[in-house]
Amino acid sequence: MSVFNLNGKEVNYAGSPAGRLLDVLRGEWQMTGTKCGCKEGECGACAVIIDGKLTNSCLVAMGSLEGANVTTIEGYRETQRFAALDKAFEAVSAVQCGFCIPGMVLAAECLLSANPHPTEDEIREGISGNICRCTGYGPIIKAIDMAAKEGDGLW
Amino acid sequence: MKSISRSIPKKDHGEKMRGQAMYVCDCPTEGILFGRMVRSSVPRAKVANVKLPTLPDGYCYVDKNDVPGTNEVLMIVQDTPVFAGETVEHIGDPIGLLCGPDEREVLRLAGEVEIEYEMLEPTFDARESDVVFFDYAYEKGNTAAAFAQADHIFEEDFETGLQEHMCMETNGLIAGSSDGKIHVHGSLQCPYYVHKALVHALGCRPEDVSVAQDVIGGAFGAKEDYPSILACQVAVAAHKAGKPVRVIFDRKEDIECTSKRHPSFCNYKVAVKDGKVTAMEIEVLYDAGAYTTMSPVVLQRGIIGAPGIYNVPNLKVHGQSRKTNNVPNGAFRGFGGPQTFFAVEMMMEHVAKNLGLEPVDFKLAHLAKQGDSTSTGGKYHFPVPIAPMVDAVLKASDYRAKRAAYQNQTGRYRKGIGLSAVFHGGGFTGSAERDLLKSVARLHKDKDGNVEILTANTDMGQGLFVAFTKIVAETLDLPHDKIILTMPNTDRVPNSGPTVASRSVMVVGELIRRAAVRLKDEWKDGEEQTVTEHYKHPEFMIPFDIKTFSGDAYPTYSWAVNAVEVEIDTYTGAIKLVGGWGSFDAGTPIDENILRGQMEGGFVQSLSYGMMEKITAEKGKIRNNTFSDYMIPTAMDLPKLEILLHVEDYPGGPFGAKGGGELPHVGGAPATIAAIENALDTKLGKAPFLPEDVMNHLREVNR
Repeated sequence: MSVFNLNGKEVNYAGSPAGRLLDVLRGEWQMTGTKCGCKEGECGACAVIIDGKLTNSCLVAMGSLEGANVTTIEGYRETQRFAALDKAFEAVSAVQCGFCIPGMVLAAECLLSANPHPTEDEIREGISGNICRCTGYGPIIKAIDMAAKEGDGLW
Repeated sequence: MKSISRSIPKKDHGEKMRGQAMYVCDCPTEGILFGRMVRSSVPRAKVANVKLPTLPDGYCYVDKNDVPGTNEVLMIVQDTPVFAGETVEHIGDPIGLLCGPDEREVLRLAGEVEIEYEMLEPTFDARESDVVFFDYAYEKGNTAAAFAQADHIFEEDFETGLQEHMCMETNGLIAGSSDGKIHVHGSLQCPYYVHKALVHALGCRPEDVSVAQDVIGGAFGAKEDYPSILACQVAVAAHKAGKPVRVIFDRKEDIECTSKRHPSFCNYKVAVKDGKVTAMEIEVLYDAGAYTTMSPVVLQRGIIGAPGIYNVPNLKVHGQSRKTNNVPNGAFRGFGGPQTFFAVEMMMEHVAKNLGLEPVDFKLAHLAKQGDSTSTGGKYHFPVPIAPMVDAVLKASDYRAKRAAYQNQTGRYRKGIGLSAVFHGGGFTGSAERDLLKSVARLHKDKDGNVEILTANTDMGQGLFVAFTKIVAETLDLPHDKIILTMPNTDRVPNSGPTVASRSVMVVGELIRRAAVRLKDEWKDGEEQTVTEHYKHPEFMIPFDIKTFSGDAYPTYSWAVNAVEVEIDTYTGAIKLVGGWGSFDAGTPIDENILRGQMEGGFVQSLSYGMMEKITAEKGKIRNNTFSDYMIPTAMDLPKLEILLHVEDYPGGPFGAKGGGELPHVGGAPATIAAIENALDTKLGKAPFLPEDVMNHLREVNR
């Protein structure tokens, strides 16, 4: 049994400690906002935030989560910071197929919480673990920059 | 820009942003059987025996013997089996499908199926294949005379490689039955392609099958032909099992077993007289892979575009698509165009260099113009805006100054800049829109004045639903929230054709615009009304004959000019993209953000097609089958790209719009290779060109 905090609520997990966080989120708990793109930690579609760090949930064993704070898109979407990113992504039509977006949004959160006023190069680095095949990243970078400016003070 | 071009929020924005969009992998799995393909591990063999492990209750295996209709996937030519017949023709050829309630157990059992093969001799190199799937040729003018009178004759070979779509969401479908009907839904671009394939394989009536789209996590052609195959397989399994069956590929399977962009081998022979190209003789060869799938139409588009955007008076073009025992190649954004445009752009670059001329000026001197005849003796009915677009890109990129500066470089880091100019013909080739597709679109108004758009076209992230909504809202002068548009289900929507070939806005968008005009004329408050529109072939088109390749292959063309700047580290071979500029004319943007998003995203796919993306296969086995070793760009691999929009209205498209989706994927690779060869002061003829190619090149030239 491991106990950790998921989106602000304490959860008890009684399954195998070797289970993948991604599989448990999507399968057992039917939280499908976290996407699976490769299952080997390369694409970032399954990224969640664990203790403030952007982490690919496909590489996280459930047994390692004891006492951790985990945020997925289901929790993050209720925040003011999400609302600022949402508005900016919408304004520049940065969402195409959308499959990378939950991970991308959480990458933006981790970037901005560490660096509220990033340069373009810093944004590129901040989302470099999250692959997007549709946009060429330009609109996403623009949106994160816009959210940082218009949501000034949130991060 | 027109008022319609002003961007509005995308319809699917909120649900995707919040992680609430339902992709096929997000659909509930209660009561569902998970399926895992049993595939050939050898490139070519007779299947002598299949030995199954003992299957627990509730598990089943389906193969060719379970197909209730015909064991063929209905495509252009019926050679793709639903499940392998007597032979397997490539590694990954599906032999059977193992299904059951526990996904892990299904994986284990599928791995225990033993196949006995009697090996047959495979072919992996299209140049050595003696099985010609398709052979087309056309001529214009008198090439023999032009070559006889030429001052110079130049000849070169060009090659392009396999490109994987690498959609973030892999292929996946679910089939189930209810009310005596088979329902298939999932990640698919073309509901009616899948519908027709199901009717053929299941041997049932059209009304016994329905096909619906789920939210799609990227397609780019990956989900044009392939879902027809997978749909037949899951439907056969659901039919036998009497339960819904879901198959979603893992990343390795998606890369190894689904279609990709055709590798190409081209030979160009060019006659020059008085400094001008007078003739081209072009040989095109595409590796079709093991089955024909989309190869005939991919090859047609490839050879029609083979002389590029230039007015070449004497032309002889011959193209073949040959069978190999590689994974079948199919649709991918650009659809045969990127290969020959790469070849012709590099050829023009090299002929100019051979003559001691600046390639851009040489290209500009050969541009086709409005009224000129096309490669197939059709006509450029509308303006060819390449010259002003080249001007804009030269200015934005500072091409001429950089080109002058990047001469005779000897240091560790060397820079280069290159430029390409290309077109993409919107819609199906020739008369296929009229003769094959015969698209139908419908608007339905309810009593409250809400108007529903009914078409079979899919939004896979490219923003089509915004475009369609705006076209109808603007025409009817209604607010956007009075327009209803949901993901298509063949039970509800007419067949407006597939979402491919950059046709959806230009062709189907025009159908719904016409329907909206009629609805406006006939509008009666408080009443339900339905308006149906049928495709009308543009009257100005010179009839196209596919046997002789003569006439207008496309009603109009979208145009692109791309410039790319690179910096090469001669110690490591690393190729860094320093800048990218594109001017794109897809007619009037129906939504500026969306068009820009399409242009930038496609441009990036095209850049990495030139310098990053390479599939390596050994004896038919794809070696790089993950994100770790099939590289696509991350945000750090790219510079800020400058996207310029040029607008030439097309009177046959809604509000002047032309095809846009594929245009940006045509010219990025030749511009990139031209930049690399500028940096290395050489001539190159293959894409992709990778760091190891840089190192090999430097070793060869010893510097």
